[in-house]
Amino acid sequence: MKINSQRDFTAGLLFSAFGVAFAWGATTYNVGSGARMGPGYFPLIVGILIAVMGVLITARSFITHSEDGDPIGAIAWRPLGFIIGANLVFGVLLGGLPGIGLPPMGLVVAIYALTLIASLAGDQFQLKGVLVLATVLSVGSYLAFVVALNLQFPVWPTFITG
Amino acid sequence: MELIEHLSLGFQVAFTAQNLLYAFLGCLLGTLIGVLPGLGPVATIAMLLPTTYALPPTAALIMLAGIYYGAQYGGSTTAILVNLPGESSSVVTVIDGYQMARKGRAGPALASAALGSFFAGCVGTLVIAAFAPPLTEVAFKFGPAEYFSLMVLGLIGAVVMASGSLLKAITMILVGLAFGLVGTDVNSGVARYSFDIPELTDGISFVAIAMGIFGYGEIIANLSVPTHQREVFTDKVTGLMPTKEDFKRMFPAVLRGTAIGSALGILPGGGALLSAFAAYTIEKKSRLKPGEIPFGQGNIRGVAGPESANNAGSQTSFIPLLTLGIPPNAVMALMVGAMTIHNIQPGPQVMTSNPELFWGLIASMWIGNLMLVVLNLPMIGLWIKLLSIPYKWLFPAIVLFCAIGVYSENNNTFEIWMVAIFGVLGYVFHKLACEPAPLLLGLILGPMMEENLRRALLLSRGEWSVLVTRPLSASLLAVAAVLVIIVMLPAVSKKREEAFVED
Repeated sequence: MKINSQRDFTAGLLFSAFGVAFAWGATTYNVGSGARMGPGYFPLIVGILIAVMGVLITARSFITHSEDGDPIGAIAWRPLGFIIGANLVFGVLLGGLPGIGLPPMGLVVAIYALTLIASLAGDQFQLKGVLVLATVLSVGSYLAFVVALNLQFPVWPTFITG
Repeated sequence: MELIEHLSLGFQVAFTAQNLLYAFLGCLLGTLIGVLPGLGPVATIAMLLPTTYALPPTAALIMLAGIYYGAQYGGSTTAILVNLPGESSSVVTVIDGYQMARKGRAGPALASAALGSFFAGCVGTLVIAAFAPPLTEVAFKFGPAEYFSLMVLGLIGAVVMASGSLLKAITMILVGLAFGLVGTDVNSGVARYSFDIPELTDGISFVAIAMGIFGYGEIIANLSVPTHQREVFTDKVTGLMPTKEDFKRMFPAVLRGTAIGSALGILPGGGALLSAFAAYTIEKKSRLKPGEIPFGQGNIRGVAGPESANNAGSQTSFIPLLTLGIPPNAVMALMVGAMTIHNIQPGPQVMTSNPELFWGLIASMWIGNLMLVVLNLPMIGLWIKLLSIPYKWLFPAIVLFCAIGVYSENNNTFEIWMVAIFGVLGYVFHKLACEPAPLLLGLILGPMMEENLRRALLLSRGEWSVLVTRPLSASLLAVAAVLVIIVMLPAVSKKREEAFVED
């Protein structure tokens, strides 16, 4: 048996695992019967269908034709880590993290941090340019979201504004 | 003439200074973001959705429709000038559009796309106004069993006509259905799959899913390929107007494209993408006039036809949404989400209970199309400037707008964690070649399908056969089954693969 499509093989396995987990989760709720569907009834069907489809996709990965085995390829850890990281740091700085005693730092600080970290995901990084970009984005976001659209944001750190 | 009455009501609503302003803003913002390479309409709408939260519902929907058209048109501009389709529906525009740009005829290419789209938009608006009321009548005859079967047909139709693997697309729908079920069950009050997280009892925010998968996922995928120099035709756009000869050639192509687009747009899953492909295929099959440039080397018909078709298709794909409440594609799924945020339940009742909103939206579609012509032709210089911004400045800004947008939905940082999770998931889907658009459809339809199935089975006392013994429901399911069988036929599946690999 040779795997002709690594992508399908992996996708199928992941789908099956998700489907089984979802269906198992559904059984922890009241499933009920067709005439009186409980909260677990429909999720159970969906979960089972996903699991079955996953098996089909995995099975197909052995019979499809491909020249190179349709590899998944290298995972782009750098962009993945920095983009998601930038997003998480933005959330932490914007709202604060009471668990470690970090107060909300507000929108402006969060934007600088996000821009800086996200820029590291690309392959050309210049600190000066990034700082200019962060300044432009801070001013622009303040004007667009806080002044013009009147959305509610903590703009400055709470220990300054009180 | 009911049609005229309805449309005039619509224009009364749309022609207020406020609503005109929002239509204009929507088109402007939509084009602004849509023109950026690598951002399709789904990501654009998801990003700009927060800008409409504070507006009254009618204004918000008008602005969203403007954003949608703007994003579509911006995508075509990018396709013609950079040889980079911003979205799948402008994939075929690239072929001849880019060649025209290389020959110094970017101006006429852009103008023919704009004029063709405008004409198609006018026809599309009329088609909606004419077909929406009778379809709404039909919709009122639907019981829960019919609705359930219709959604099955809609979902199957959507994946059958999309590109890529059928098996995976159906699975992605199911995964979307699963995500849609997270949260409090309306009948029993049980919080499903919420893991004791209070925010999850309201369900997963579709904005977080759309931004994570379509916004972050795409950025990560874009950044994972090394930056290469793109050829941008920034200084060669001179002489916008097509010549008389051009007009003579593009006019029939525009007519054909509009007809194809209007017809295919109504079909579930049809919409813009399929329309554009079909129109290009037909133009290519038709005979070349003496002295005409062959297709693939910059034939103006290869731009005008698909562009008209994709605009007509995106217009008429509003019909299933407005009359039946069923989104036929990912963009419309987002529109459903936007409507729910403004407390409008899309469906046949919108037209009767809220005629101002319904006809106002339709009238503003036409206004939106007009604005695109007014906006895009004179401002083409600005869009070109935008195109020359390097990606390294763009992507941090996109990441920021996604984060701000998702936060402002509930002023809760929890949504930011969700978008991070779905960003990772989006990249996984990209790596495994799983097209994410069907997931969004499933996500929106999940709760509706469950509710209709529940009602249908309750009425039939648990008999599943109700889905096939009621004639209307049975025929809808039969059509869905036939679609699947046709696509699985070896001859057709080969053709289908070929049709979507056109270069």
